[in-house]
Amino acid sequence: MNRGSLYLTAYRTIVIKEILRFSRIWVQTILPPAITTTLYFVIFGKLIGERIGEMGGYSYIDFIVPGLILMSVIQNSYANVVSSFFSTKLQHYIEELLIAPVPNWVVLAGYVSGGVARGTIVGFVVTLISLFFTDLSVHSYALTLVVFVLTSVLFALGGFINAVYAKTFDDVSIVPTFVLTPLTYLGGIFYSIELLPEFWQSVSLGNPILYMVNAFRHGLLGVSDINIGLALLIICAFIAALVAFSLNLLKRGVGIKK
Amino acid sequence: MNALSIENLYKTYRNGFEALKGISLEVKDGDFFALLGPNGAGKSTAIGIVASLVNKTAGKVSIFDYDLDREREPAKQQIGLVPQEFNFNQWEPVVEILVNQAGYYGIPRREAFVRAQKSLKRLDLWEKRSSQARALSGGMKRRLMIARALVHQPRLLILDEPTAGVDIEIRRSMWDFLREINGQGTTIILTTHYLEEAENLCRNIGIINHGRIVEQTRLTTLLSQLNTEVFILDTHQTLSEVPKLPGYRLNLVDKQTLEVEVHREQTMNTLFEALSVQGIQVASMRNKQNRLEQLFIDLVGRSRLPRDAAT
Repeated sequence: MNRGSLYLTAYRTIVIKEILRFSRIWVQTILPPAITTTLYFVIFGKLIGERIGEMGGYSYIDFIVPGLILMSVIQNSYANVVSSFFSTKLQHYIEELLIAPVPNWVVLAGYVSGGVARGTIVGFVVTLISLFFTDLSVHSYALTLVVFVLTSVLFALGGFINAVYAKTFDDVSIVPTFVLTPLTYLGGIFYSIELLPEFWQSVSLGNPILYMVNAFRHGLLGVSDINIGLALLIICAFIAALVAFSLNLLKRGVGIKK
Repeated sequence: MNALSIENLYKTYRNGFEALKGISLEVKDGDFFALLGPNGAGKSTAIGIVASLVNKTAGKVSIFDYDLDREREPAKQQIGLVPQEFNFNQWEPVVEILVNQAGYYGIPRREAFVRAQKSLKRLDLWEKRSSQARALSGGMKRRLMIARALVHQPRLLILDEPTAGVDIEIRRSMWDFLREINGQGTTIILTTHYLEEAENLCRNIGIINHGRIVEQTRLTTLLSQLNTEVFILDTHQTLSEVPKLPGYRLNLVDKQTLEVEVHREQTMNTLFEALSVQGIQVASMRNKQNRLEQLFIDLVGRSRLPRDAAT
């Protein structure tokens, strides 16, 4: 059998399996972010937002929409891969892949694509909901799409690494709870870093999510606190580093082989 | 051609435990081979290395002459594994488990469905194709693992205790199925704790103990090493004392059951004649212990001696 066709079929199998998995449990995977984001729009956008006034030259609800879309993409891309790959390990059906002639990079690409698929679907649902609260304008379709996909890839990779190291369900939730959520909330979703004192502005620049949120906001609204070229460079550098790290983990069989 | 060649395989786990101490093994194409050994002997580690589930410390593994290190993908294409533990997604429908497994071997989805249908029908699981795997009985789960291992039509099927916890009826039907696919050319390596299973199915045998191969031979050659066999005889007559038969060691188990030790050079005909002369008719007879079991205990016990002596 031709190698390319083997790899493509194996990749498609993993992606279809992943999409079927989160589709089957849509009440746990698609519905909750839709409800949560609706509440954000109602409470922060409408009720409180109307008293806040403008931010970055836009109404507060318009300002937070890009961040809320991207937050749902980040959380769901991460959650999909971490929970799916951890279950694969826990129930030992990772062995189905280990024994098969599937190279590590195909396994990684398959799981990451599954995470991106869920991130995309949830992001799309959240975007549709946002249309009930605001007239969404798009400044640059290309930039919006690129940042959307790259961010999803980056956090799907993060979820994969978390799953490789996770030994218990606690390990699966520690990173999202204590690292991802604080960084996301402090990543400029709800405010412009210009509002912060100079010291905290500098500290915020160490938060990679700030670059993604601002690049995405620039794609939709055309406003950003940071340089877009730098933001894209940082996202790509993180992706390259995490891909290399993930492949190394798979090669050594960390967490999956004896 | 060898279906499997293992040369000087070592495995030392991180905690320092040496599971394999340089085993070498050859299994010929088309063979039905039993790999036996007590718990912790190294069987599952050896199988794990061959199936790429365990990283080896040193040594070489070839599958149908494909080096598992250098020609990884063609080597892996040849193997199907039925592991000891259930290792499928319990929440997935049965048919999807097979279709996904076929996909990992590059079989397109449409063809994978056709193959899955064939395998599931052959193993009496077609009615359960849409059920989640967790809803299957233990025997069905075992059959599902066999169907999954065969979906890409491997040339070498490795079964790690496939009939553990399975009732007699299903075990016998599994034996028939395994004989059938072996007859069609699939090489089978079987590990089992049921030595009767190995004796019934396998042509060649390897015994592993403490990470070393202590015997590798034809099953018939091994069985011919058996010097004595102990039989249980059920008699028509009620016996009040042990009959005196020169050359035989007899034991009265109960009033209608005799235990008799028969040496290799002695025949059963002579024994029956001698009993008949004393007015004792044998209604039925059976081996006290499975023949292979007797040899296995001898070999494993012998290989344990130097280690025990050293401690």
